[in-house]
Amino acid sequence: MTNISMVDEPSGPRPKRSFSPSRIIIYGIIFVAALYYLLPLYVMITTSIKGLPEIRLGNIFAPPLEVTFEPWVKAWTSACTGLTCNGLAPGFWNSVKITLPSTIVSVFIAAVSGYALVNWRFKGSEFFFTCLLLGSFIPYQVMLYPMVMITAQLKIFGTLWAVILVHTVFGMPILTLLFRNYFASLPQELFKAARVDGAGFWRIFFQIMVPMSLPIFAVAIILQVTGIWNDFLFGVVFAGTQNYPMTVQLNNIVNSAQGVREYNVNMAATILTAAVPLIVYFVSGKWFVRGIAAGAVKG
Amino acid sequence: MTDVQRSGAIGRPVGAEKPPGLLYNLFVRNITAKLAASPMVMIVLVVFIGCTLWSVWFSFTDSRSLPNGDFVGWAQYERLFAARRWRISATNLLTFGIFSLVFTMVIGFLLAVLMDQKIRFEDGFRTIFLYPFALSGIVTGLVWQWIMNPTLGLQSTMRGLGWTNFTFDWITNTDMVIYALLIAGTWHGTGFVMVLMLAGLRSIDGEIWKAARVDGIPTWRTYLQIVLPMMRGVIVTTLVIVGSGIVRTYDLVVALTNGGPGLSSEVPAKYVINYMFNAGNLGQALAASTVMLAVVFVILIPWIIIEFGPKKTH
Amino acid sequence: MQSSVSIKDVSLDFGAVKVLRNLNLEVGQGEFIVLLGPSGCGKSTLLNCIAGLLDVTSGQIHIGGKNVTWAEPKDRGIGMVFQSYALYPQMTVERNLSFGLRVAGMPKEEINKRVKRAAEILQLEPFLERKPANLSGGQRQRVAIGRALVRDVDVFLFDEPLSNLDAKLRSDLRVEIKRLHQRLKNTMIYVTHDQIEALTLADRIAIMKNGEIQQLSDPHTIYNSPVNLYVAGFIGSPSMNFLQGTLNGTTFTAEDGTIIPVGTYKFATPPTGSTKAVLGVRPEHIVMNDEARRMPFSTEVEIEIVEPMGSDTLAWTNIAGHPVTFRADSDVILTVGQKLIVGFDPARGSIFNAETTNRV
Repeated sequence: MTNISMVDEPSGPRPKRSFSPSRIIIYGIIFVAALYYLLPLYVMITTSIKGLPEIRLGNIFAPPLEVTFEPWVKAWTSACTGLTCNGLAPGFWNSVKITLPSTIVSVFIAAVSGYALVNWRFKGSEFFFTCLLLGSFIPYQVMLYPMVMITAQLKIFGTLWAVILVHTVFGMPILTLLFRNYFASLPQELFKAARVDGAGFWRIFFQIMVPMSLPIFAVAIILQVTGIWNDFLFGVVFAGTQNYPMTVQLNNIVNSAQGVREYNVNMAATILTAAVPLIVYFVSGKWFVRGIAAGAVKG
Repeated sequence: MTDVQRSGAIGRPVGAEKPPGLLYNLFVRNITAKLAASPMVMIVLVVFIGCTLWSVWFSFTDSRSLPNGDFVGWAQYERLFAARRWRISATNLLTFGIFSLVFTMVIGFLLAVLMDQKIRFEDGFRTIFLYPFALSGIVTGLVWQWIMNPTLGLQSTMRGLGWTNFTFDWITNTDMVIYALLIAGTWHGTGFVMVLMLAGLRSIDGEIWKAARVDGIPTWRTYLQIVLPMMRGVIVTTLVIVGSGIVRTYDLVVALTNGGPGLSSEVPAKYVINYMFNAGNLGQALAASTVMLAVVFVILIPWIIIEFGPKKTH
Repeated sequence: MQSSVSIKDVSLDFGAVKVLRNLNLEVGQGEFIVLLGPSGCGKSTLLNCIAGLLDVTSGQIHIGGKNVTWAEPKDRGIGMVFQSYALYPQMTVERNLSFGLRVAGMPKEEINKRVKRAAEILQLEPFLERKPANLSGGQRQRVAIGRALVRDVDVFLFDEPLSNLDAKLRSDLRVEIKRLHQRLKNTMIYVTHDQIEALTLADRIAIMKNGEIQQLSDPHTIYNSPVNLYVAGFIGSPSMNFLQGTLNGTTFTAEDGTIIPVGTYKFATPPTGSTKAVLGVRPEHIVMNDEARRMPFSTEVEIEIVEPMGSDTLAWTNIAGHPVTFRADSDVILTVGQKLIVGFDPARGSIFNAETTNRV
């Protein structure tokens, strides 16, 4: 008797309708959104591997009938970036030469500053830090010309060193914030125990702090590499024509082209320029997200 | 006089030497830390404070291709606001800024809410929504410039597929070009907002959700009337960061339209660079950049008051 | 009498982990049942299943005679109070109480009536316009209870509501909850890991371990007749003393050879043969000196440690090779090294089968 009534009645887990209207709407919107976000990537890639005649057919959605990598070769080696026509390769190496030193220097200085702020507070340290933070909101244009004058005085204007200096300076606020917040979240006992043992400023930094903060170093490096590689303004103002980074070269290739516009070469050049940060992004995934979130968790 | 009074303060050992003077405290105590932090101090003093003050000061002079000290009062500013190009730039930034802010915040928040619904492949979708943020403004501008190309881009594609009356030539249309900028800018920035909103959503105590469910509050209402007010801090921070970034918009415009067609997509940042380096009128450029600075401060002040103002018990 | 809440053959698996195993529980109308156990025993999980916040893997849940296994929490006739209070932070107390009712579309007069009643019962009237951030922990918890109260339901669920409060506040609110139950006479299911709360509040206690109910009885029975070693060791502070040994008929021989006659003990089934057993005696049932001599078992011991606890004194010593504690009145003088006679009546103790751990 009880068996029959129990089989008819609700029992066990609730019936889950995977295709309920709300789920369909949710997935629907997400798919449409994904299309909006993926469209440019798709167009970039397909355009870059089509021949020019195909492109003139005027259908950017159409997959290539004939795949050619000639645009890529051209973009890398022989596209015209202003007066010279050596492709993007020099720009790539310039970007590398700018990004690597800037990242290393800015991350190191910011880490040391964050460490000093948290563990070795001195009069005025918090004030300077607050100024640094507020300063990060100031539009670069406000400080640009004086920086030009300073780098000219230091006789580095128009060289890679000027760009490296500028990137280091303007990367400080967010990186210092990152390191400061991280070091502040570490237990103070560790630091105190080391001091009781007689260790000094640098020893504690290199032997205790750094090994414990490798994740945050990763986040800082990712932020800087992406930010510096993608920069345009500082590159075009400070680097000097020989040393233009990839972004500047790219813009020259596309927007100052005379004569026939080779859209496939343009797109190939665009992808090449976007490649490094994209790869960093795809590889670092969660770290990238952490970096962004950390930047916004102020105070 | 007791020993305590003689030594000058409670707690100091009797018979200690004179308390260290100001110079000692400044230069000897904690010296390694101060030296290590000196780059930061230098940067704040020289760049953020020094350079800014310099720029503001010289915006009141008649500097041309090089700075000079001829003080002219508000003349540069008067000229600025009389200049058609500046007025166009400013209106463009206002339109672009407000729409961009609203769209990125709303779309970013909605995407975050959708992603919060325990969907499959969440990591994959997040990668898709966020990757534009890893691209530079130049790349973004150039890609969308290509897509919006009237003869070979989206317009011609749709016409070729049968929608012969489809028009999408905003990029060459002086009235609509600012909205073309908007599409590209929103595409670039929403991922950032989504990530922050999602982090904010996930920081809500799970028991609030349970309580709302027991109370019988439908999900959408819980988001709107309970969760959203709880996320005030994240929302304001995001607004400030996105807002101050929008004021600086430069790369995107250079790549997408270079200010065109004509002057119809000029923005203040471009105005500054143009007058600073190309047209050789430093005073104008500095006046324009000072105005940009003022705008950012106007955005910042409410945030500063909220964050650092009268303490609320929380 | 129809049960207020019925749990029939409920199991819950999280993947491969069996969190709840085939539970059966009948809660009577107006009864105060406490689910007691350490973290991870499944008590909160069971409560969430009753509330409808979690799906069961198999089995049914009935509330008020209705099968609510598939019903949403709001349709189950329950109100719930959470450990972290879970008050809506941006709303005033009044809004917190009335929000659910407003969403349900209840007429204004009815809402006001219910809010007033809840505020009066829980003494919340002075705080109605305040936000949760401006309330103390105790006040917040009362608002949380109030939120359940306005729903006008038969069954109240409490998920460790006092765990976030400090000790003094905890005992104050404990009394308030008991008074509330006496006044409202609703069915209340209460989850905690604190045995004091369980013993003082419950009509019946369900002691849980690893997703199963070890014993379901009133506090007195659980305390004096624990059904197995686990329950015996869990309830009671300081905990029960245990002596390992062998049971032969009515004699218990401890491991070191001490013979303890247990003829006075009420055996469930008279034992046969020789079984390995554990004899348990609570510290307060061990008496000293003259009283001890009258006991079926007494022995001379030496005091090793004395712990004065204010209301009484706890002494550590050794009986039959096992460390043992016993209670003495605080005005009795006990010193380390002192020799005295202690004894107990096994009838007040418990004997467990060493292998099955069940009560004999």
